[in-house]
Amino acid sequence: MTERGDGVEGMPDPVTKQLTTLRVNGETHTVAAEPHHTLLEVLREELGLTGTKHGCELGECGACTVLVDGVPLLSCLTLPAQVRGMEVTTVEGLADGPRLHPLQTAFAEEGAAQCGYCTPGMLMAAKALLDANPQPTLEDMQQAIAGNLCRCTGYTAIYEAIAKAASGGGAGAQPLRRTGAGRASASHT
Amino acid sequence: MFPSSFAYHRPASVEEAVALIGANPDAKVLAGGHSLIPAMKLRLAMPEALIDLNRIDALRGISVNGEVTIGAMTTYAQLLDDAGLGGRFTVIHDAADHVGDVQVRARGTLGGSIAHADPASDFTAVILALGARVTAIGPEGERTIEADDLFVDLFTTALRPDELLTRITIPAVAGTVVTAYAKHAHPASGYPVVGIAAMLTMEGSTVSAARIAVTGATSKATRLTAAETALTGQAADAAVIDRAAAAAEGLEINGDAYASEEYRRHLVSVLTGRVIRQAIARAT
Repeated sequence: MTERGDGVEGMPDPVTKQLTTLRVNGETHTVAAEPHHTLLEVLREELGLTGTKHGCELGECGACTVLVDGVPLLSCLTLPAQVRGMEVTTVEGLADGPRLHPLQTAFAEEGAAQCGYCTPGMLMAAKALLDANPQPTLEDMQQAIAGNLCRCTGYTAIYEAIAKAASGGGAGAQPLRRTGAGRASASHT
Repeated sequence: MFPSSFAYHRPASVEEAVALIGANPDAKVLAGGHSLIPAMKLRLAMPEALIDLNRIDALRGISVNGEVTIGAMTTYAQLLDDAGLGGRFTVIHDAADHVGDVQVRARGTLGGSIAHADPASDFTAVILALGARVTAIGPEGERTIEADDLFVDLFTTALRPDELLTRITIPAVAGTVVTAYAKHAHPASGYPVVGIAAMLTMEGSTVSAARIAVTGATSKATRLTAAETALTGQAADAAVIDRAAAAAEGLEINGDAYASEEYRRHLVSVLTGRVIRQAIARAT
């Protein structure tokens, strides 16, 4: 258990690391972590998985989004103890060995990143969307990444990349059209 | 950025949670954590201990059986997924759909939002309009608090420090009852600059009872009693709705850098009229 309050006046309280067992990207890890550190710090500092980014750290920007049992969550507001026994997926868990996830390929091909800082969170939010809804409309995509902020470049290329991954990716994928027209043309090809 | 250190407790039952709250007067109860953890990171809150309710299954779930009972730890995503919350409970879907984003709706809880009593919470107005009551449990047992008595001030409720909010109950109401919620969201945060929730009982085209509440504009979610009075017993034609919307203006309203008092007052009026029309349209 954590002890508090018996430190020297004016000095930080002593904090004991606790052992926590986490399932991350299909592997079980037992990590020693300070209980007041969030899942974000534990992923980055204890497990070395630095793909998940520190953004605002207050739950506004979505840069720290990971999947927990398939649901996109903000790792900066989640305590590691809260995800014990659950499956955490980070951006490092997207690729299958050397083979990139179709979303990663599509983001690269469509230039859906400028500085790239929001990209891991975008990818995870997009993965959750496509897992639940393989043929999303533009509005579905807007809803799905509403909590992920990109400050460089806007969102059009990101929507195009998600749509490309949804359509099977690869060269020759149709550029994104507005909801109604896009669906109509897709159903005729 | 992380919070100052705290002891972490994860009770398995409501009884255990109440005992832990009693034994740790400086503890905070952790629900979804999407208001509390940011407050802790900013050192606005520095609790000695956190009592995490996330493993208490008895605090989750929705049952619809005439009245509706919602466990305090039920998330916005669960509210949105529940097909039983149609009809006169549509206001719940209206509001849940507008809370935060996918990530926030996956973790944020109804009970957490109500107990936190943020002056710009969407659901404080919703439970006022629905005439809900909450159940709290403390060392002396359970008690119920009417929504009308729950919100005391900015971030302050009638819950005692040693009490835990366990569920929200929306009573059954006879007759044709319609509801709606609309808000003007802050463009960056998504919080309501003004949000209005309404529940109307209709007899034909006449409004026989009305409960209308505002959030975002006032220091706590507040019933718009003047608007309710202007509607009640009236055939809801355009003139009556306009009069009710204008009556909504007699309130003490806060302004800030994004929206002045005058602008919020205008929004209260516009949104009150809009919500009344939306609700009435659902009766047909």
